[in-house]
Amino acid sequence: MAIVMDADRVSRSLARIAHEILERNRGVENLALVGIRARGVPLAERLAAMLRDLTGAEVQTGSLDITLYRDDLMRHAVGPQPVIRRTEIPFSIDDKLILLVDDVLYTGRTIRAALDALIDFGRPRAIQLVVLVDRGHRELPIRADYVGRNIPTSHQQSVQVRLAELDGRDEVEVEG
Amino acid sequence: MTTATALRSRHLLGIEDLDAAEIDLILETALAMKEVGARPIKKVPTLRGRTVVNLFFEPSTRTRMSFELAEKRLSADTLGMTTVGSSVVKGETLSDTARTIEAMAPDIIVMRHGSSGAPHQLARVCKASIINAGDGTHEHPTQALLDAFTIRERKGRLQGLRVAIVGDLVHSRVLRSNLWLLTKVGASVVVCGPATLVPPGLERMGVEVTNDLDRALDGADVVMMLRVQHERMHGLFLPSVREYFTLFGLTPARMKRAAPEAIVMHPGPMNRGVEIDSDVADGPWSVILDQVANGVAVRMAVLYLLAGGEDS
Repeated sequence: MAIVMDADRVSRSLARIAHEILERNRGVENLALVGIRARGVPLAERLAAMLRDLTGAEVQTGSLDITLYRDDLMRHAVGPQPVIRRTEIPFSIDDKLILLVDDVLYTGRTIRAALDALIDFGRPRAIQLVVLVDRGHRELPIRADYVGRNIPTSHQQSVQVRLAELDGRDEVEVEG
Repeated sequence: MTTATALRSRHLLGIEDLDAAEIDLILETALAMKEVGARPIKKVPTLRGRTVVNLFFEPSTRTRMSFELAEKRLSADTLGMTTVGSSVVKGETLSDTARTIEAMAPDIIVMRHGSSGAPHQLARVCKASIINAGDGTHEHPTQALLDAFTIRERKGRLQGLRVAIVGDLVHSRVLRSNLWLLTKVGASVVVCGPATLVPPGLERMGVEVTNDLDRALDGADVVMMLRVQHERMHGLFLPSVREYFTLFGLTPARMKRAAPEAIVMHPGPMNRGVEIDSDVADGPWSVILDQVANGVAVRMAVLYLLAGGEDS
């Protein structure tokens, strides 16, 4: 029931992450952002805009749907298949530093799928992970390079990220 | 229109059983699948560990290859069976074949058969999901879906378009599936063919019927040509190839009656100089090769959506 991040906090976190990206990579040369659908996409676009404001350089942005790489699709009798959205990566990722962007980091399984998907597009120089919220409970050896906020949760809770582009307002809520 | 997130049936036996929302779901999924075909590595692990059996009781090149490619791009294990020789395999033989195939525990069976209703019979006895790849003169659902996908890609919509379908109407399963699909999504359809090749009762499906090609083409946004089988030329149906071409052959001059930017489609294989002039088939209107390319994406979408259905 608790709102753990409001619009101000979301945008301050993203601004800090944009600075961290510049500091760690000494600029934006050969860097591209790939957002994981659905909410990683607007986050990636916002980071691209912030990086442009800071450096004057355009950062290429793509979107990735990981459905075809999910590890739970092949379980029989799991019900209807998830709806697939389009993947759009309109540039070569070869030798680039790819910043993979998602809203919530939880078990790590989405990121595992995203890494497999990305590698089918080419051979990036490196991949770094950006998340708005890290809620813990990893089931795979995966960690984020840039985190908006660490939020301790229980398995029973759910974390809802709402973004103006898709949901009309920016906020992060922990439910249950 | 409400948006569907799943297909209601675990089989795809015909377009007749689908509603507009399910058709939209398949076409949207196909859009995502088409992107896979544009990648450097044109393969995703989605159906890894699933087995698909391609059961073709009738000769087919493009449909079988298209399904095979779709299956491979989704990483399914595929095996094929093509029966050569006897064109009619019915009754007990089909059930026996079904039992044999069933013993190999496939997840999906893609079936083409010369008898209408054969895939339905298989669906009753098999645990696998059945995809109809053409049954007799009944339906060829994936062809109609790839046609719709191609129209949407070119025209941005299906609703409200004027579609003319021309040729051998009576023997065509492609026609039947397209009629179901186009009327469900709100396109306006006119069909045209020689009187001997027009089945009765088409008007009841809400389509216009004419024997005059010029009338059918008037203002058409989409022209679908159906294959005329040579073997029917010498029988009761048609007097001669030349007469057929004069009356029903699609030429550049006749295309002038169609709407500006009209597109021409053909499910293949084409008979150049019979139902379609080469200048049309290779001309600016033609989207015939797009249809072939889109067929793979549409079949990937159908395979993906059926692979998730729960056991019933």
